[in-house]
Amino acid sequence: MIASIIQQVVVTILTAILVENLVLSKFLGMCPFLGVTQKTSTAAGMGVAVTFVVVVTAGLAWVLNTTLLVPNKMEYLQTMTYILIIAALVQFVETVVRKFIPPLYKALGIYLPLITTNCAVLGVPLLNTAKNYDLGMSLVYSFGAGAGFTLALILFSGVRERMDRADIPASLKGIPSALFAATLVSMSFFGFQGLFQ
Amino acid sequence: MSSTAVATTEAPKAWDIVVAGLIKENPTLKMVLGCCPTLAVTTAAGNGLGMGLATTAVLMFSNMAISMLRNVIPEKVRIPSYIIIIAGFVTVVMYILKAWLPELDKALGIYIPLIVANCILLARAEMFAAKYKPIPSFLDGLAMGLGFTLALFSISTVREILGNGTWFGIVLTKNLWTPAVLMILPPGGFLAFGLVITAMNKVTGGRVVMPACATCSPETGTCVDPVVGGAK
Repeated sequence: MIASIIQQVVVTILTAILVENLVLSKFLGMCPFLGVTQKTSTAAGMGVAVTFVVVVTAGLAWVLNTTLLVPNKMEYLQTMTYILIIAALVQFVETVVRKFIPPLYKALGIYLPLITTNCAVLGVPLLNTAKNYDLGMSLVYSFGAGAGFTLALILFSGVRERMDRADIPASLKGIPSALFAATLVSMSFFGFQGLFQ
Repeated sequence: MSSTAVATTEAPKAWDIVVAGLIKENPTLKMVLGCCPTLAVTTAAGNGLGMGLATTAVLMFSNMAISMLRNVIPEKVRIPSYIIIIAGFVTVVMYILKAWLPELDKALGIYIPLIVANCILLARAEMFAAKYKPIPSFLDGLAMGLGFTLALFSISTVREILGNGTWFGIVLTKNLWTPAVLMILPPGGFLAFGLVITAMNKVTGGRVVMPACATCSPETGTCVDPVVGGAK
């Protein structure tokens, strides 16, 4: 019994990180993927901040969805409820962290405001609802998705730090060359397809 | 004196708005906003077109509504207010698609509710609808939406022809070559998007104007707080 639960948790997390990577196969959170990956340290900071907010949002979204929206037949308010949870949560977390844990605020502070319009944070609760996960599975999947996001950002920032020094044609500079690099990173993650089942 | 004050809030000419939306400030190919749907739903030309038009519908009406309310919404809570207005229109579009185009709705999946988090909508609300009158804002939404549709349509055309050998489901490459399936898989999305931006850069002779989201400028490290509003 316990063994099968542990197995399910491990498989879900590894699937979310490697096989169905949030950024590289579901294309969620592209803005930070292209925007804050110039340096590895900022990429890691953004990844941790997103993982934290995604897990808490997914938990709250599940609770509100099952206790309030579904019994009252108000599923049409899902999108609006989730985005409100995110906006409120980001603001709340920022205030609390700034007051009580200043070192953490210093590390994550500038990333928090950017998270409100990050489609990864809205996408994960929507995926949880679409997959009919229960609370435990929602939290596990959200953690895996956040970890996958962090991994993709850190790996990609390593690639970009080197690419900055390359001499390439003007029309390829910036975003296009970053996208071509992302093609290769995404292709390498494609090797994990069919890892489970 | 008052005439100069009016002049500053006067909207650009209709033609300029259209050219800006489609080419000069194309939200996807020039500003690189809204990358998630651009990469995720462009596996077939029909899906790209459908996503573009759904976003256009939301953008037109959210721009108009935000512009009508621009003098009512307090400065400090404007971003959450914009998001709620946008989420309302997204929900309407989502249920219209579910009712009348269930196949398209299935193909686009969670990317329809994710229009809420598309940076283009918030960017146009902040840059245009918050400053100008409803009619020009509506036109700006239409032009920017069509610019987005144009980008999605061209990317999905490249991907469907190369990756599946078809266009809108019509077989084009029966005996010419074996389709490269990679193009309709995730890596092909990055590749096709990169190729189309490169082509746009080459033709217009410019680079992308703004990297990443409307609310932040990662190059300088300065971010505008989307909840409170105001530079950090």
